[in-house]
Amino acid sequence: MTARVHLGHDHVRHLLRQMIRIRHFESKCVELYQAQKILGFLHLYDGEEAVSVGVMEALAADDAVVATYREHGQAIARGIGMDVLMAEMLGKQEGCCRGRGGSMHIFDRKTRFYGGNAIVGGGLPLAVGVALGDKMQGRNAVTACFFGDGAVDEGEFHESMNLASLWHLPVLFVCENNLYAMGMALERAEAEPGLARKAAGYRMTGTGVDGMDVVAVENAARSAVEQIRAGGGPQFLECRTYRFRAHSMFDAQLYRTRDEVETWRRKGPIARFQSWLVQNGLIDAVEVHRIETEADAEIDRAVDFAEAGTLEPVEELERFVTMEAVPA
Amino acid sequence: MNAVVTITYREACRQALRDALLSDPRTFLMGEDIGRYGGCYAVTKGLLDEFGDERVRDTPLSESAFVGAGIGAAMVGMRPIVEIMTVNFSLLALDQIVNNAATIPHMSGGQFAVPLVIRIATGGGRRVAAQHSHSLEGWYAHIPGLRILAPAVLDDARYMLAAALKDPNPVLIFEHVMLYNNEGELDPAVTEVDIHRAKVRRAGTDVSVIAYGNGLIKALAAAEALAADGISAEIIDLRVLRPLDTATLLASVAKTRRCVIVDEGWKSGSLAAEIGMRIAEEGFFDLDAPLRRICGREVPIPYAPHLEDAALPQPADIIAAARGLVRPA
Repeated sequence: MTARVHLGHDHVRHLLRQMIRIRHFESKCVELYQAQKILGFLHLYDGEEAVSVGVMEALAADDAVVATYREHGQAIARGIGMDVLMAEMLGKQEGCCRGRGGSMHIFDRKTRFYGGNAIVGGGLPLAVGVALGDKMQGRNAVTACFFGDGAVDEGEFHESMNLASLWHLPVLFVCENNLYAMGMALERAEAEPGLARKAAGYRMTGTGVDGMDVVAVENAARSAVEQIRAGGGPQFLECRTYRFRAHSMFDAQLYRTRDEVETWRRKGPIARFQSWLVQNGLIDAVEVHRIETEADAEIDRAVDFAEAGTLEPVEELERFVTMEAVPA
Repeated sequence: MNAVVTITYREACRQALRDALLSDPRTFLMGEDIGRYGGCYAVTKGLLDEFGDERVRDTPLSESAFVGAGIGAAMVGMRPIVEIMTVNFSLLALDQIVNNAATIPHMSGGQFAVPLVIRIATGGGRRVAAQHSHSLEGWYAHIPGLRILAPAVLDDARYMLAAALKDPNPVLIFEHVMLYNNEGELDPAVTEVDIHRAKVRRAGTDVSVIAYGNGLIKALAAAEALAADGISAEIIDLRVLRPLDTATLLASVAKTRRCVIVDEGWKSGSLAAEIGMRIAEEGFFDLDAPLRRICGREVPIPYAPHLEDAALPQPADIIAAARGLVRPA
């Protein structure tokens, strides 16, 4: 039996609010990047918010998440505080990783968030291990492993899909298929661009879902997680989405047209969900405005927290290269 | 006091694994053909029958996936012991070892440790040609975040694993393939190994020979021949390739004032280069003679026995180098 999402007012408001929080958080990140307060690479999730928000709704607190380097949305949707996230982006020791990881390497023990990973495909074997470790210790937890369409080109994807299925491990493989691996278009990289079909090669259920529709993603994720938790083994969920902005901040986007981007923008997950809610009387413009205002205030507080943060003393540079003990 | 036991290096490794499985329910073994086949080098033979397939896991030929799985399992509370059949195969898991295991503790700001042990067979001499014979442990010794061990003697083969499992960091244990059949007695006084320190295996006064793995066995043989020639060589078992126990090396060199470094890896960019440079930086004024290195020749290890022997450090090379330092022409 597939769990259907009950679209009560509180729930739809929550979904919309989560997507808006992510979108606005990243807009602020762009400002701070332009002000050279955030440095290095900054990979924006703009357009893909429905994927993380939908999938995280299906997870419980004891479940685990393995993320990508485009993981601000994954982190916020999972419940990591904007304050420690923003402090991390600003390289402050109050950041979730004390400023050592930055935008691409968000880790959070409390929410079982096992890292943004800047090696495409590098998180998949690790996710298999998290699921294996949980299973061997008798935890009934699911590991949601996020990766992009580019990761599907990597050997680590195929090795991990096979091992997870062979050992019947509780992994939800979530492919954020945004059609481009940096500038490499899906159909130029894949002999079989129907990514969900690949799951069959590993005797795994593969489901494709409209990744611009937060309710569809949540429904699909809930259904998959329910089956995984019931002992059905891993599942593969392909969320078809689109990245509205450049791959990173250094991308002239020569590989796609403005028209293509504009066409997708009209299908944007926030605009679409919001107008559907308004049309159906589930939310009104005043409430949307309140959500946006609250999100902006939360972001302002996070920026204040980050700006007021301190720099880790250089004397601590080598701390945690090797650990004194396994954290309890 | 335990009785004296005669044992092979292989059996010492196996007993160490068995101890680990018996003493800690969080440990499990994972690797290619470690179960039903009994291990490529027969180290894990019998463990599947004793501990079952949950704790002795045969894996598909997916080095990246099962090493990464070890990392993930370690991060959530297990103590995996992963076997990689040969060091050349470990290159297929290099991403997981270098980009994940070695970085995550630091990159996460200390939120996560990776208490993982990886056992890897290494080295040449078995006539199996280039892709099964290399000594790449020096590459791994380049990576901050990893501890690299090379047990050469039976006591270390028997007790290093327990110490590695207590370490909260990823530990790579390199077992030289030529050592598995070595047989001898375990020292009943030894029940644990200090995996922070090198060990003087034979005291001497004229020249220090720093070696590890199978190189140590060759260095000990060379020391015998040198002694017959009136030269007293001090043989140091490096055994911890990272982090280097520089203090023990410098103390020996301060005493003997001469040093030969034996390393089966290629000379260019080698671990021997690192050791030599540390001695040059910190012990230069203790030296009475130039540093010497006996390394693998810079070729892919060839199949033909006479060529392979010529490519690897041999006792005669160590003897000639030591003699040349003590009695320059």
